[in-house]
Amino acid sequence: MADSPLARAVRWDTVVGALLIVVLLLSFGFVDGFGNALNLSFLIGNTLPIALIALPMTLLVVSGEIDLSVASTAGLSGAVMGALWNQGMTIETIIPLCLLLGAVCGLINGLLVTRLGLPSLAVTIGTLAAYRGIAQIILGSDAVTDFPTQYLDFAAGRIGDTFIPYALLPFLVLLAIAVVVLHAAPFGRSLFAIGASEEAARFAGIRVKRQKLILFTVTGLMAALTGVFWALHYASARYDNATGLELAVIAAVLLGGIDFDGGKGTLGGAIAGVFLLGALQNVMSLVNVSAQSQIVVTGVLLVVSVLGPRVGRQISVARAGRRAAASTPTS
Amino acid sequence: MTHRSDTGPAPVLALKDISKSFGAVRALRDVSLELFPGEVHALAGENGAGKSTLIKTLAGVHRPDAGQVLLDGEPTVFHGPADARDAGIAVIYQEPTLFPDLSIAENIFMGRQPRRALGRIDHKATHAATVALMQRLGVELDPDRPARGLSIADQQIVEIAKALSFDARVLIMDEPTAALTGSEVARLFGVVRTLREQGAAVLFISHRLEEIFQICQRVTTLRDGAWISSEPLDGMTEDDLVRRMVGRDLDELYPKQEVQAGEVAMSVRRLTREGVFTDVSFDVRRGEIVGLAGLVGAGRTEVARAVFGVDRWDAGEVEVDGKALTNGAPSTAMAAGLALVPEDRRAQGLVMDMSIERNIGLTGLRTTVKAGLMDRGAERSRSLDWAVKLQVKYARIADTVNTLSGGNQQKVVLAKWLATAPKVLIVDEPTRGIDVGTKAEVHRLLSQLAADGVAVLMISSDLPEILGMADRVLVMHEGRLTAEIPRSEATEESVMAAATGRAAA
Repeated sequence: MADSPLARAVRWDTVVGALLIVVLLLSFGFVDGFGNALNLSFLIGNTLPIALIALPMTLLVVSGEIDLSVASTAGLSGAVMGALWNQGMTIETIIPLCLLLGAVCGLINGLLVTRLGLPSLAVTIGTLAAYRGIAQIILGSDAVTDFPTQYLDFAAGRIGDTFIPYALLPFLVLLAIAVVVLHAAPFGRSLFAIGASEEAARFAGIRVKRQKLILFTVTGLMAALTGVFWALHYASARYDNATGLELAVIAAVLLGGIDFDGGKGTLGGAIAGVFLLGALQNVMSLVNVSAQSQIVVTGVLLVVSVLGPRVGRQISVARAGRRAAASTPTS
Repeated sequence: MTHRSDTGPAPVLALKDISKSFGAVRALRDVSLELFPGEVHALAGENGAGKSTLIKTLAGVHRPDAGQVLLDGEPTVFHGPADARDAGIAVIYQEPTLFPDLSIAENIFMGRQPRRALGRIDHKATHAATVALMQRLGVELDPDRPARGLSIADQQIVEIAKALSFDARVLIMDEPTAALTGSEVARLFGVVRTLREQGAAVLFISHRLEEIFQICQRVTTLRDGAWISSEPLDGMTEDDLVRRMVGRDLDELYPKQEVQAGEVAMSVRRLTREGVFTDVSFDVRRGEIVGLAGLVGAGRTEVARAVFGVDRWDAGEVEVDGKALTNGAPSTAMAAGLALVPEDRRAQGLVMDMSIERNIGLTGLRTTVKAGLMDRGAERSRSLDWAVKLQVKYARIADTVNTLSGGNQQKVVLAKWLATAPKVLIVDEPTRGIDVGTKAEVHRLLSQLAADGVAVLMISSDLPEILGMADRVLVMHEGRLTAEIPRSEATEESVMAAATGRAAA
């Protein structure tokens, strides 16, 4: 944290932040229809599902784990929401139930990883399929669209004629909480230690399994919240909502400089990565790039994002090594 | 091949007035070294003296800024490790890197296996060549055994065999004994003697002085990157060598203070972990240093791990300061006042990619907290305090610990645990692989802690350390405590007898 201004400047998360600004400026200048408030509110609104899940996903990846089932949990939560709504339950009851269900989904992932010692990659590929399957069983191929208007308006609307969607405000609160938890609280500090060396963390008295269980549970909860938001934002609860969203989330988080091997990264970087991805998708749609080509771009970004921080780290390690060498021989 | 260096042929490999700088740092200054065939040459020096840089220069990894590398008396430039290898120079590192899924023979001949028609690998010839190499070394290892599961000692033998297969004339062994047991060291030395008799030149690096005297004929000493001396070991004492390495008379290596033992601080009762250790009971009192001796694999480390809670125990109980510890919960052990400086500082003691500050801070995640958030000011001053108290040599407290030397890393581990103000401190191999100067500092520190009323349990495979520091020696053999020997009666013989199960305790 106390690196020189130069060293800070080459950190990958600041690189991504700068890249985001450049992309935004170029888009304002050269892409027709980008700069108006309505488009910007679309950009933000469409990016919010990625951003919401990216919050716990960042913490999870920092701790050396991953959850690929988040999009399925979101889909399941949407499907349950639709099914219960069809049953005539009030939305005020349904939403807490959906969130609870998401927490349970996350808890199951967490228990499989921490109690049975299975790799989270494998566990959550399994639950990715399982949760999506349950969603389909529950809702079939129905689409539930007739949610109360004030909820739909909140999820899809913006504040007056500004570019700010209503939903951005609660997201900013959640972002602030996540930043504090990861970067200022003991919990976050222990996550970095776990991700960098789980064994050393255990030998330092950190309750590794408990921390991971909490994280998986919160991730499930946030995925369910995203599922609720998705169904309201697009006014459609279907079993296949948010399919493939996990790829976008992970691409964005890695793009933001969170090390896939754990132990490194900042939430600022991750969120910059999320909105960089969101902006690129928005621009590509505006200039009529096909959906298939957009996926190619996401894939390339994913590879670049795994590669980039590594190159940056080589540079900074070499620099630190020289510094230490400079100090040791003069004892 | 029994030439003495002063009358014999030209050195097979020599460095003449070598200097090497990294940035502003002069790692080597006008260093000279001559390696003769049929001789084992020791390279001595504290951590940071320039030994690694010198080895890397010999191995073609670094190119010197000034000075010459002479091969058979001819000036040579190595453009890379491959050049050095082709010139017959091989380096055996402390921890070899073999392909675990390939056989020993395949590892030795990787990439240059004997071929049959159509380019197929000739397994028979590979096998036979490996058998021949093992015979030359006087070692029995099955060439077809996969490398996975080989002990570090066996892996080193494979590396040496590989070096021989390249017709290596110069063998550089970088702390080969650091992770070996006594009998493995003896076997390795047998191999080294065989190589010496066959005319190889060996450069041997070790922190264990007695090994240098055991196996080497001459020694070159480095201090702070400068050449200090090259001389025969005949007639030198360990004290002479230490003086050359540290540049002063070392205060006593085992500065044990006499302390009156106080009340029991930790009590271990009938602790059992099935298949690992059985029915282990002992007390450690305030002010006491209790040594825990035994052969590697006797279960000492495992007892420490279970007591601290990293592993679970199956039966028994542990009390620290009168409070019973929870099975398998390091956090409650810490809260009760227990600290464990683990055996493997790189994997267990430290998060290598984290800063010195944060590593020390890891044990303060519950204490350096204000309103539920990290109190960064308190964390920094706590870390700085302890880093300074233990005289850790670092550039900046925010540098990652992997930039530090082994001895300084160990000090950071100690700092991390002393910052918790423990009542009971367990140290597992506290001075393994660190230089003699730092070793003395660690001993002084442990002695001072005991004098201040901390109960210390010291696990060590270094017998002189156990005998020099411990008030009482507990000995384990095959998972059981076999002896408890008071300081006055503890000798190498009595401890080893109990450790090998020969004594009626």
